[in-house]
Amino acid sequence: MTTESILSLTDVVKHFPVQSGGVRRSRDVVHAVDGVSLDVRRGETLGLVGETGCGKSTLARCVTRLFDLTSGRVEFEGRDISRLKARQLRPLRREMQMIFQDPYGSLNPKRRVGSIIGDPFAIHGLASGAERKRKVQEVMELVGLNPEHFNRFPAEFSGGQRQRIGVARAIALKPKLIVCDEPVSALDVSIQAQVLNLLSDLQKQLGLTYIFISHDLSVVRHVSDRVALMYLGKIVELSPSEALYEHPRHPYANALLSAVPRPDPRAAATRERIILVGDVPSPIHPPSGCRFHPRCPKAQQRCSDEEPLLVARDGDEATHATACHFPVDSPEELAGTWVAASADADVVGAAAVDDVGVTPPTELTERGRI
Amino acid sequence: MALLEVHDLNVSFPTNDGLVQAVRGLSFSVDAGKTLGIVGESGSGKSVSTQTIMGLTRGARISGQAMFRGKDLLTTNEHDLRAIRGAQIAMIFQDPLSSLHPYYRVGWQIVEMIRAHEPGTSKGAARNRAVELLGLVGIPQPAQRIDDFPHQFSGGMRQRAMIAMAMALNPAVLVADEPTTALDVTVQAQVLRVIEKLQADFGTAVILITHDLGVIAEVADDVIVMYAGRVMEASTRDTIFYDNHHPYTEGLLRSLPGYGGDRARLQPIPGQPPSLINPPRGCPFNPRCPYVMERCKLETPSLDIVFGDSQHSSACWLSHTREERVAIRAQVVGEPVAS
Repeated sequence: MTTESILSLTDVVKHFPVQSGGVRRSRDVVHAVDGVSLDVRRGETLGLVGETGCGKSTLARCVTRLFDLTSGRVEFEGRDISRLKARQLRPLRREMQMIFQDPYGSLNPKRRVGSIIGDPFAIHGLASGAERKRKVQEVMELVGLNPEHFNRFPAEFSGGQRQRIGVARAIALKPKLIVCDEPVSALDVSIQAQVLNLLSDLQKQLGLTYIFISHDLSVVRHVSDRVALMYLGKIVELSPSEALYEHPRHPYANALLSAVPRPDPRAAATRERIILVGDVPSPIHPPSGCRFHPRCPKAQQRCSDEEPLLVARDGDEATHATACHFPVDSPEELAGTWVAASADADVVGAAAVDDVGVTPPTELTERGRI
Repeated sequence: MALLEVHDLNVSFPTNDGLVQAVRGLSFSVDAGKTLGIVGESGSGKSVSTQTIMGLTRGARISGQAMFRGKDLLTTNEHDLRAIRGAQIAMIFQDPLSSLHPYYRVGWQIVEMIRAHEPGTSKGAARNRAVELLGLVGIPQPAQRIDDFPHQFSGGMRQRAMIAMAMALNPAVLVADEPTTALDVTVQAQVLRVIEKLQADFGTAVILITHDLGVIAEVADDVIVMYAGRVMEASTRDTIFYDNHHPYTEGLLRSLPGYGGDRARLQPIPGQPPSLINPPRGCPFNPRCPYVMERCKLETPSLDIVFGDSQHSSACWLSHTREERVAIRAQVVGEPVAS
């Protein structure tokens, strides 16, 4: 993998006006993405994670220019594409594709699979007639679909197979960059693993670059070289994936990682969980300074006054950037790191589960063993 | 004596394409204060089985028994069932927004529920109880928020309100059907903790239905693994994760990201789940099973005790002794131990 960047975002902002009824027009805006700068390197998988409403899908749609930016700059292979018009964008769409979450909603139920996958060839005028059919069948074979099912309708396929159709459509024109927006979230685990393996095979074969969006932190860990964690429209931590999972620096990353249930009861019994209190604040009026400060266990005055920059903090590699004034710095603060926890966990027990001792969350955060 | 005991439950739905055999021969029991996890993929029959017990599957063909406090719920008439449902056995569902009525205030909905089951309660007393319950599940300023509409609550708060409503009459059994699937992980952790706390305080038996093995690992005491309407394996939680017998359980755990170390290639279960209209002959898992034998395609294995552990049963023709099972695992998938 080279470190050459294929995509470069500079201070990308996307605000949506709030539609309100009545005579007075509201001037409020939803700060969906608020100043994101990021480089995506050729050939890598960049994971984009965060909870509902953090702006990860909006960012993806800004990158692929399905949305116009409010401000900021998106460069694809060195060329600024943030102000291009629809017609100018069209040739670019060959290079940049998306895979969507819902394998039911993203395929037209009335069209045959062959024609759905053939669309990219038709739109870009690349192949027609028998040649198009041959190319479509090649792609179907590549993603593990039976090429003879060319004439079937989406309804005749299972969820996992439909997601393969979505993948086939995305790779049909051999793009350079694919934005995968929750590609496996609607699938059962056994099928999810099939699709993740397919994506990883295709990446090797076709030299693809992925931006992989998911709320599932274990899936993102599995596929990503680097991970960007978002909170309320901003990236709060950006780092190689092992570093983020093993020693998160942002208190939000720490809490989020500790809250993920892992399929390992022994680890679950011994590991500490940080339970964040409250909900993500409204993106219409985001908190001042660091946006996480109202829920942060380490918050101080400075956090509400001054917005922290996304930079490498003391003791970190240059590649590990955190937007926090007071990052997590001692091993005691780290909750439930993702280093194989079961190895040293010899005590198992239902006892640990009984030992709940929970009170309704009155303090800012409570920490405790579950 | 278990609080709720289900025996040989069969549920099928007549459709135009044929009879959908959603649940076939399900048996389980739950004790007070315990959590039973039912895990399975889409279409495995996990939700249908509990809905049937609650009398919520109209038009289904049902056989079997579901004994609760000396009554068979499957033969109880609708009138008596209404007294049990909600009051003694409560349910919470996956999507809290569609389970709350959008036109009525949250508090009103809880009050109505209390007064429907306990007609003697005054409005004021019921309202006080609703405030108390909302506080108990961690809604901030419950006395004010009780007059909010559901849309004014966030997803996590709505699910808490559902839990408050479910716990209002101090039920003996709480059926939680994918209670946290629609929620973010940080909120999921909050909600699971609320359920655990209420369970500890009131000794409620919880039946937790989920597809998420992580959630099972965190909260279940006992686990049932379902596939294509049948129980594949049932045991205590740790046995399911570390000493499982059934190839389907093994396959599920193997297909999770993170199995076998960082970024190791995932090991999916090949193929697709079977049709429930024409389930495969013999073991329903046989077309996808790496251990498949001739017998599996002809005879359906019954759920029998394995590894000499009376709490561990598996519906599989593979050897029931641990040594032989481990040996064949080493042979077929090349790994000596499960975890």
